Amino acid sequence: MSENILVVTEHLQGRVLDITYVMLAGARRLAEQTGGKVIAVLLGYKAQFLTQDFGADKVHSYDRPSLEHFSPDAYLRVLEAEINAEQPRAVLLGHTTIGMDAASGLSARLHLPLVSQAQRFDGSNFVSQICGGKIMAEGPLPEPTALVTMVPGGYRPEDGQGRNPPILEKQAPGLEGMRVRLSHFIEPEAGDVDIAKESVLVSVGRGLQNQNDLELVERLAKDLRGTVSASRPLVDKGWLPTSRLVGKSGKAVKPKMYLALGISGAPEHVEAVTGSNLIVAVNTDPNAPIFNVAKYGVVMDMYELIQALSNALEQEAHAA
Amino acid sequence: MPERTDFWGIPHTWGDPAIYVYTLMGLAALVLLWRFYRQASCWWKIGRPENRRDRPLLRLWKVIQYAILQGKVLRQRYPGLMHLGLAWGFFVFFLGTALATIDSHFIKFLQGNAYLLYKLALDLFTVLFLVGAGMAFYRRYIQRPARLTFGPGFTWSLALTSLIVLAGLAAESLRLAVERPAWAWWTPAGWLLAQAWIAAGIPGTILTNWHLGLWIFHLLIVAATLVTLPVGTLLHVLTAPLNIFFAKLDQPAGCLSPVPLSAEGKPVYIRALRDLTWQQLLAAEACTECGRCQDACPAYAAGAACNPKQLMLHIRTALRRDGASPLLDDKTISPTALWTCTTCASCRQECPVLIEHPDTIVDLRRSLVMDGRVDAELQKTLDNLGRYGNSFGQSPRLRARWTQGLPPIPDIRRQPAEFLWFVGDYASYSATLAGVTRKTAEVFQHAGLDFGLLYDAEQNAGNDVRRVGEEGLFEMLVEKNLSTLERCRFESVVTTDPHTFNTLKNEYPLNGDHHVLHYASLLDDWLAAGKLKLSRRLGYTVTYHDPCYLGRYNDIYDAPRRVIAATGCKLVEMPRHADRATCCGAGGGRIWMQEGQVAERPSESRIREAAALSGVEALVVACPKDVTMFGDAVKTTGYENRLQVKDLIELVYEAM
Amino acid sequence: MNIIVPVKMVPDLVEELTIDPGGAALDTAWMRLILNEFDDHAIEQAILLKERVGGLVTVIAPEAADVDDALFTAAAKGADRLIKLTGETGSINSHALARALAAVIQTETPDLILTGVQAHNDLDGQVGPLLAESLSMPYVGYVSSVKIENRMATVKKEYPGGLLAEFMVELPAVLGIQASDEPPRYVAFTKVRQAMQATKIEEQDIGELDISGSAAVSRMFQPEVKERAEMLEGDSDAVAARLVEIMQEYGVL
Repeated sequence: MSENILVVTEHLQGRVLDITYVMLAGARRLAEQTGGKVIAVLLGYKAQFLTQDFGADKVHSYDRPSLEHFSPDAYLRVLEAEINAEQPRAVLLGHTTIGMDAASGLSARLHLPLVSQAQRFDGSNFVSQICGGKIMAEGPLPEPTALVTMVPGGYRPEDGQGRNPPILEKQAPGLEGMRVRLSHFIEPEAGDVDIAKESVLVSVGRGLQNQNDLELVERLAKDLRGTVSASRPLVDKGWLPTSRLVGKSGKAVKPKMYLALGISGAPEHVEAVTGSNLIVAVNTDPNAPIFNVAKYGVVMDMYELIQALSNALEQEAHAA
Repeated sequence: MPERTDFWGIPHTWGDPAIYVYTLMGLAALVLLWRFYRQASCWWKIGRPENRRDRPLLRLWKVIQYAILQGKVLRQRYPGLMHLGLAWGFFVFFLGTALATIDSHFIKFLQGNAYLLYKLALDLFTVLFLVGAGMAFYRRYIQRPARLTFGPGFTWSLALTSLIVLAGLAAESLRLAVERPAWAWWTPAGWLLAQAWIAAGIPGTILTNWHLGLWIFHLLIVAATLVTLPVGTLLHVLTAPLNIFFAKLDQPAGCLSPVPLSAEGKPVYIRALRDLTWQQLLAAEACTECGRCQDACPAYAAGAACNPKQLMLHIRTALRRDGASPLLDDKTISPTALWTCTTCASCRQECPVLIEHPDTIVDLRRSLVMDGRVDAELQKTLDNLGRYGNSFGQSPRLRARWTQGLPPIPDIRRQPAEFLWFVGDYASYSATLAGVTRKTAEVFQHAGLDFGLLYDAEQNAGNDVRRVGEEGLFEMLVEKNLSTLERCRFESVVTTDPHTFNTLKNEYPLNGDHHVLHYASLLDDWLAAGKLKLSRRLGYTVTYHDPCYLGRYNDIYDAPRRVIAATGCKLVEMPRHADRATCCGAGGGRIWMQEGQVAERPSESRIREAAALSGVEALVVACPKDVTMFGDAVKTTGYENRLQVKDLIELVYEAM
Repeated sequence: MNIIVPVKMVPDLVEELTIDPGGAALDTAWMRLILNEFDDHAIEQAILLKERVGGLVTVIAPEAADVDDALFTAAAKGADRLIKLTGETGSINSHALARALAAVIQTETPDLILTGVQAHNDLDGQVGPLLAESLSMPYVGYVSSVKIENRMATVKKEYPGGLLAEFMVELPAVLGIQASDEPPRYVAFTKVRQAMQATKIEEQDIGELDISGSAAVSRMFQPEVKERAEMLEGDSDAVAARLVEIMQEYGVL
């Protein structure tokens, strides 16, 4: 039994995902409470360079070709061995397409308690964000080893960086007889703009009533020298390509300004926009969660605002 | 004394010409009847049974109104007069021939003045027919309006009928040129033409021979016309009166029939031709392809796939194939076309032969809904309506949120009131409409109206749910609303929403015990009775948009206009107003669906129409959906500074 | 193909959620329950597979308010069997549900288990992977496409940035569905009513709940509004003018 906190590194195609840093920051808070160390667990192949800026005390690296890409079966087996060997106080995984595949399985396999959707730690309590971000649930971190899947929003990624921890090579258990095998990746359609690099995003959600109305939005985006992005419902409808999707299964964005029109702000969306310098949200529902992350909010029909804003920008252009 | 001569100038060399004439005509008529029967029998062999035989006298009266007197045909001047000439020409020729037969075989009465009048009438209607035929020629080959079908069938029909009449006229003129009777001016056209033969100095024997030739030609053309009538465009002379006779009688336009049941008691959803009723098949055969419906259709005008005329023609084409062939695929009636219909009923309003397109469209939509073929937006809305009872997908508890800050409005579930205000989804939930709804409440309160609300117990009344084709959901909404209404005490229901008004009035079993009123009527009544007093005359120049479900569906045209007048505004009518008012594009559930590709939105076309009226400051509406539809359109068309969109209540509020 | 689809009802977020007087749970008085939307996709995916390769679809749900409607709706879409887990389901969590499901499913010899990848009120993990572990089956979550061929499922798993990965999964397996190949279909009310008459819901008692594996909640609360946006008031033109100022201030314009 140790007081250490394990953080399962999430990386994809040679890049560390932000949630890893968020977890490292959270793990540090917990470790301060328990007096243990923060250990980043890295499963990969020739991926150790990824951990240089980790805010961890050390890295346990499982390095072999079959771990190059995420596979639920393989992660379960390696993490089972790691947890059994380490007996940590807590294991943090992302509440993500990677971490969620492993965490619950580990809980069942190792008979360890699991906390989902944790946003932050308050002393030795977890604080989870449930019900679409409308409710927070708090409780003591369960014993002996708590498995935790984390959502962003509680910690800044910067706070999980900057220690250049030593790397400890670990021997992975046998990985034969896997029943889940990756066959290949399917890249998103290329050729479109990269919304992650845009400095102004005009983002639309359910509030957009018709595909034809995208014209209005595009015109506004042009006036603002920005690009149009969207939340999941519009991409699901096929009104915009996946490359324009902001959210958990789309892109995380960091523009100078994120103008959210008719977006209610589900957690999957919100977590991908928190890196924005300025968020302005327009929604007819005054209780829309998007207002909890926005700097400025307007309760108004998005069409009305688009019209008024276009006029104001035009006047501004004339005045200049 | 002038009198009618039988078979003038026809030699009796081979016996009595009457024998030949009647044999030929008799045979032609037999062929016509046989061919027509063969075709008509498809209606009841393929179509489902439906009883439309009650009250034959009333039905006959409709035939007189619309087939004989051409009541609907005359709604449009040029085509109306054109068709009147053609139709009445033949009515009179037919009558004339019948009279001649009577005269020749039964009672001799076409002599003296009666004969002169007879000749005059035939001659005048010949001229009238030729004017009509000329107009038809000009329209079909020079004007060529897009709504017409340009097929050889129409040319054939116009040519045949014109040849019959021209040959008849020419024969008559030849006879006059030979006989030169003293009363010749009683057939002015014939006599004028006769002057040509007289002037040319052609001998009478030759003219008599020519007459014989023309007379035989005339006869053969008549026979050819009769024989080809059941397969040509002239078929409508039989099917149109039949369709008018069997048209829906007293069920109001705003009341749809429930899903029909088969003989085994199973609900029938229309997927193939045989699922339509015989009357719906007859209607398709009665379509004259005049295209008035297409011209009036707002969806068609917007560039959408909807076309009421094509709908009928698709059914007709399918009828020529076989009853089992599927109706709903992209080759026949495309679901897209059905979904773009706004159920505005302009097509039905314009149809000269009383075809009920919207009812058939809803019938077809019902099968699409049963098969789950609805677009994603509509699906979301229907899910919302089923779950929350409103199309907005919001909590029922927020339905009366707009009342916050107003003097308290009684909850009619606890406190009886004279009026139950059924607010409707848009007026309740739409952020843009909250102000209008609040003003309505304030006007009601100011007038001392004793009213209450259902608060969270109100559910969407279901008018457009039904028109979308979701009959099961409609029934559920009706059940829920009725069970609430049963527990409330009130005398009348008032609503600002024409859609809600329509279904409550025509489809809910309320009318026995309760009045259902649209607020335009209520305001009109209260202003007339002096219960609502206005203190200001506004002096605006405005125009008024008739909501489809208030005007065409429920014939309320004057009440809102009187209210506008009472506020001291000057009303300028748009070219398309009253029963010709064009739809805003929201009805029939369109407001819940994806818009799809349109050239010009119906609401934008309407805004341009209003903005084109000089001096008009505001477009007055009497439907919550219109406030949002036109509110958007006035922005997208750029007329925001030129034209205001005002709800009727806003005028009243301002004038109070 | 024997496909089993475990689903559950979750609080409807359209209604305002409140905390019960005890302070550690949601107030159920005003709560409306709806089918977890990912489970709806799982049902659709199961029906699509049944339509493509044939088979039997069984939908299982723990008892809850309005769960019968959700089950009958699934039947109207094409599910063959409906099972309702009865008993002390009020305090059920993911671990307990997975155990109860495992007990029922063990006797069913399924080829494929499809369930929603998550639910918004999951506080102790997801039913799918918990169940997979109990049944010793492989699991893949965040799946947005499933094809079946030769006892093998080819699935597409979603990653951030629009990236997809295609996995081969040996059957029997559990898949956590993020989205079905086609959006869930519409089912007319009449069809649901017909299903109510034509289909029976089998009931299975789950006996005593074993909720171990979760964490105790000591407090529930609504997120603090301290970080709430500054709301701009006034008519649209005033708001637009203010926004232009703000954009200039932030160097956007």
